[in-house]
Amino acid sequence: MALTEQEILTGLGEIVDEVAGVPADQVTPEKTFVDDLDIDSLSMVEIAVAAQDKFGVEIPDDHLKDLKTVQDVIDYVQRSAVTA
Amino acid sequence: MRLTEGSPGARILAFGGYQPARVVTNDELAAAVDTEDAWIRSRVGVASRRIAAPDETVADMAVAAGGKALAGSGLSPADIDLVIVATCTPEVMIPNVAATVARRLGIAAPGAYDLNAACAGFCYALASASDAVRAGSARHVLVIGAEKLSQWIDWTDRSTCIIFADGAGAAVVGPVTEPDAAPGIGPVVWGSAGELADKIFIKDRDSFIVQEGQAVFRWATTALHPVARQACERAGVDPAELAVFVPHQANLRIIEAIARRLGAPQAKVADDIVTAGNTSSASIPLAVSRMLERGEISSGTPALLIGFGAGICYAAQVITLP
Repeated sequence: MALTEQEILTGLGEIVDEVAGVPADQVTPEKTFVDDLDIDSLSMVEIAVAAQDKFGVEIPDDHLKDLKTVQDVIDYVQRSAVTA
Repeated sequence: MRLTEGSPGARILAFGGYQPARVVTNDELAAAVDTEDAWIRSRVGVASRRIAAPDETVADMAVAAGGKALAGSGLSPADIDLVIVATCTPEVMIPNVAATVARRLGIAAPGAYDLNAACAGFCYALASASDAVRAGSARHVLVIGAEKLSQWIDWTDRSTCIIFADGAGAAVVGPVTEPDAAPGIGPVVWGSAGELADKIFIKDRDSFIVQEGQAVFRWATTALHPVARQACERAGVDPAELAVFVPHQANLRIIEAIARRLGAPQAKVADDIVTAGNTSSASIPLAVSRMLERGEISSGTPALLIGFGAGICYAAQVITLP
C-alpha cells in the first residue's frame, strides 16, 4: 500500500507531537530535526520506532544520522515501502 | 519426604535507603571531561549523583540501607532468616556480600546469597524472597540492592561517567498473616535478551563499564512496556489503578518513554535518578525509600517496579507499598 507524501507527513506530525511535544503543524518537510524542531538523537530513536509501527518501515539506528530533515524521513519511508 | 507450609502471600514490611555522602555535580564532571550540565540533564536526567568514599564498600552501603529497613520493619535481627544482596559490583567474588552484611547487622546464621542480574537485580531478588516466604523456605527476608559502580567507571569516558553512581536500597519481606488478606508482592514477570549481551558489559576485571547507549535506549523504550503491563495483568491490577511507577533509574528519557506507553496516568513516576544517578540494582529500592521518606507516596497503595539492565535481564512486579 503506497502512502502519499501528505499521509506520511501527517503521520510523522502525530509521532513528533507525541514523542517530543512539538505541535504537529510545525512539522513541515523543510525543517531539520535538530536545529528547527529541537529534537535530539534519543527522540529520533523513538520517532524511528514509532514510524516503524505506523508505516511498517524499519529504520535502523545507523540510518538515523542521515535523516536530517522531515523530508528525509518522508523520502526514506516512501523508498522503503517501494522496495518492501 | 514432605514439604514445609509457607504462607499464602508475601509482603514488604519496610524500605530503607542509603546514599554515600559525597555529591558529584554535573559541573564537576564538566571540568574533567567534555560535557555540560544542560546536556546531561536533557539526555540522562541527572543533576547530581553520589559517589562512595574510596574505602567505602558495597557491604558498607548494604549494611546501612539494610539496617534502616530492618529498623523500619519493627523486627529484630533474630527474625531474619534469609539475606539476599543484589549486586553486580562486589569488591571480590568470595566471600559474598550477604553473609558479611548478615553478620554486621547481628543477624544470626540466616541463608545468605548474592544475586547478579545487574540493574534488574532488586526485582529478581524481591521475587525470590517472596517465593521463599510463600514456600516456607524463609519467614522474613532482608533484600538489598547495593552497588559501587564508581569503581568500574572510566572517569574519562563522558558517555558513562555522567550516568552511573553508588548507593543502596533495601526491603524487609515477610508473610501475609491475616486470613483472606491480599498478597503484598505480585507475581514476577522476568526474562532476558541474551542476544543483546554485548550492549552493556565489563570486558574483564581490569576493564570499565561500556554500553551502546542508543541500542539500549531503543530496546528499553520498546520491549519493556509490554512486560510492565503483563506484570500488572498477572497481579490482577489495572495499570490505571497504579499509584506509583518505579522503573529502574537508568535514564530519565527511558523512564518517561516507558511511562508514556504504560497507561497509568494517575501514577507518580519515580525520577530519583535526578539526584541519585543510575545505581543499578540499588536504584529501585533507593527511589521507593526516598519517596516514602518525603511523603510523596502513600502506604497501602499499589506500585509497579520494573528493573532492566545488562544481560539484558529484566523483571517486573506489582507491590503494595508498606
